[in-house]
Amino acid sequence: MSEVVCLHEVAKVYTMGEERVEAMKDVSFTVQRGEFVSIMGASGSGKSTCMNILGCLDTPTRGAYHLDGVNVGELSANDLAEIRNKKLGFVFQGFNLLARTTARENVELPLVYGQVPAAQRKLRAMAALERVGLVGRESHYTNQLSGGQQQRVAIARALVNEPSIILADEPTGNLDSRTTVEIMTIFQQLNSQGITIIMVTHEPEVAEFTGRQIIFRDGLVITDTRQAGRQAAATDEVAGP
Amino acid sequence: MSTFLQSLLIAMRALRVNKMRALLTMLGIIIGIAAVIAMVAIGAGASKMISDQISSIGSNLLLVLPGSRTSGGMRGGSGTTQTLTYDDARAISAECPSVAAVAPTVRGSGPVVYGNQNWSTVINGVTPDMLSVRDWALESGRNFSQSDVDGATKNCLIGQTVADNLFGASDPVGKVIRIKKIPFTVVGLLVGKGQSPQGQDQDDVVYVPLTTAQRKLLGSQSPNLVGAIMIQARSADVLKNAEEEVTALLNQRHRIGPARDADYTIRNLSEILAVSEQSSKVMSMLLGAVASISLFVGGIGIMNIMLVSVTERTREIGIRIAIGAKRRDILLQFLTEAVLLTTCGGIIGILFGIAGAHLVGTLVGWPTLVSLNTIVIAFAFSAGVGVFFGFYPARKAASLNPIEALRYE
Repeated sequence: MSEVVCLHEVAKVYTMGEERVEAMKDVSFTVQRGEFVSIMGASGSGKSTCMNILGCLDTPTRGAYHLDGVNVGELSANDLAEIRNKKLGFVFQGFNLLARTTARENVELPLVYGQVPAAQRKLRAMAALERVGLVGRESHYTNQLSGGQQQRVAIARALVNEPSIILADEPTGNLDSRTTVEIMTIFQQLNSQGITIIMVTHEPEVAEFTGRQIIFRDGLVITDTRQAGRQAAATDEVAGP
Repeated sequence: MSTFLQSLLIAMRALRVNKMRALLTMLGIIIGIAAVIAMVAIGAGASKMISDQISSIGSNLLLVLPGSRTSGGMRGGSGTTQTLTYDDARAISAECPSVAAVAPTVRGSGPVVYGNQNWSTVINGVTPDMLSVRDWALESGRNFSQSDVDGATKNCLIGQTVADNLFGASDPVGKVIRIKKIPFTVVGLLVGKGQSPQGQDQDDVVYVPLTTAQRKLLGSQSPNLVGAIMIQARSADVLKNAEEEVTALLNQRHRIGPARDADYTIRNLSEILAVSEQSSKVMSMLLGAVASISLFVGGIGIMNIMLVSVTERTREIGIRIAIGAKRRDILLQFLTEAVLLTTCGGIIGILFGIAGAHLVGTLVGWPTLVSLNTIVIAFAFSAGVGVFFGFYPARKAASLNPIEALRYE
């Protein structure tokens, strides 16, 4: 296994007016290709800041972040956009799909910014939608889809560029327990196909679905445990619409 | 190119979502552009009318008028004395190299009669050169020849207004009319020239040979005197030279020196009219300037709505940045949207402006002129307004922090 993510003594300090907030203090960990990691912690523990740094939306104040062997801290804004586009896939709590836009067009969006020709965009978007079990819904507008379906569109969008990692920020936070299981099942399937997933959650039962739990408190990693037998999501709910 | 096309598609979609708002925002630009187009059309129409009138008088013209008489210390006005002669005219024609043609005239008025129709009109005694000096063509018949002048024949040319009043629709050429009871044969009909810049009907005129007028019609005058001499310079460039040559010649012929005031005046007609053309250009620029203020106000409206739109779509911008849109992409997207708004408004405004100008033309009767130039400039200007007023909101969108934008409710 090779390292996808390597954080080395990463710290992030915000200055809010007079006050200095140390959101992250010397956090170091690595993630191997094919891992399914959950990051947990109370609000203010630094997990969101960590996620933003992992997602190249923010840069560390100190320390180094290597993604696929590239030191992200040395890149320009345009290079970071390129990395977000090609190497990262985002899944958010609030789905964050474009309104008044069809499922397929939402999935195509990263390809649009990646300058992929229209015909190829369509093929790849359809393939990604198939992987999350949404064939037949591609022409639906996002507001015509249920929460679980919207989140699956978001996962398809994260997948479409074959990223190195999928970053999920509380992906089940807005979903009921049944749909939560549905989404976690999809994540597990994708993970078993070799996709690296890092997920932030504050629900221990959701974290149980992952293979490794990193727990943050006060800007520090306090526990980092691998669980050999992660909880399997019910397989009979996978194919459901 | 494909990036631009993509931005265009996104912009069109964004505008479709808020049709009403897009239309209202466009309204400012529509009104602005329509006003500019209509105002400039009216201004250009007025200035074209003036330049048409200038050429209707004839081009590169000097007018020599007799001067004033001083008697007992009282100076009469211009034309109170007759000082110009047919010989002066011939001398100018022979000795001034910058002069192309000379047309001495005498002027009177009187009734003209044909059958049971009569009409009082202006009677001018002229030489054959008159028509070329005044760029005047014949609708039918012929011009005078030098033998008409030399022999003082009783032939005449008549203007359209006179023809209409005496002959109605029938052809006057070859008919005999009576001018001050003397029979004259109509040898030519002049084409209609319309109003002079001073508002006189230039077609209400009868031309007779100069000598005929001097000897038979306006008999009280000394036979050699002329009322005025019209002079056409070879070109606009030598108009000043012609004026100087004529002045020198007349001074010599009339023995004008430091001790004696000139007994004639020279007027440069084209110059006078050029001034009025200039003033109409200034007028149309002024109208255009006033109209562009409304375009400016429309641009501010665009900026306002684009700022609202950026705020509303903060989350969308965050999503786009998160999944790999570069700052440039976001900037281009919003700039395209603003430019699309203004150019759509511009096109609609151009159509309304043309319609408005046409309406003014037909209802009020003002001449209007919409040139392709104006349309192209107006379109480019509307696009420019989009870029100018769209840039700040677009830059604001492009510089959003994606983390905060994604959290924005």
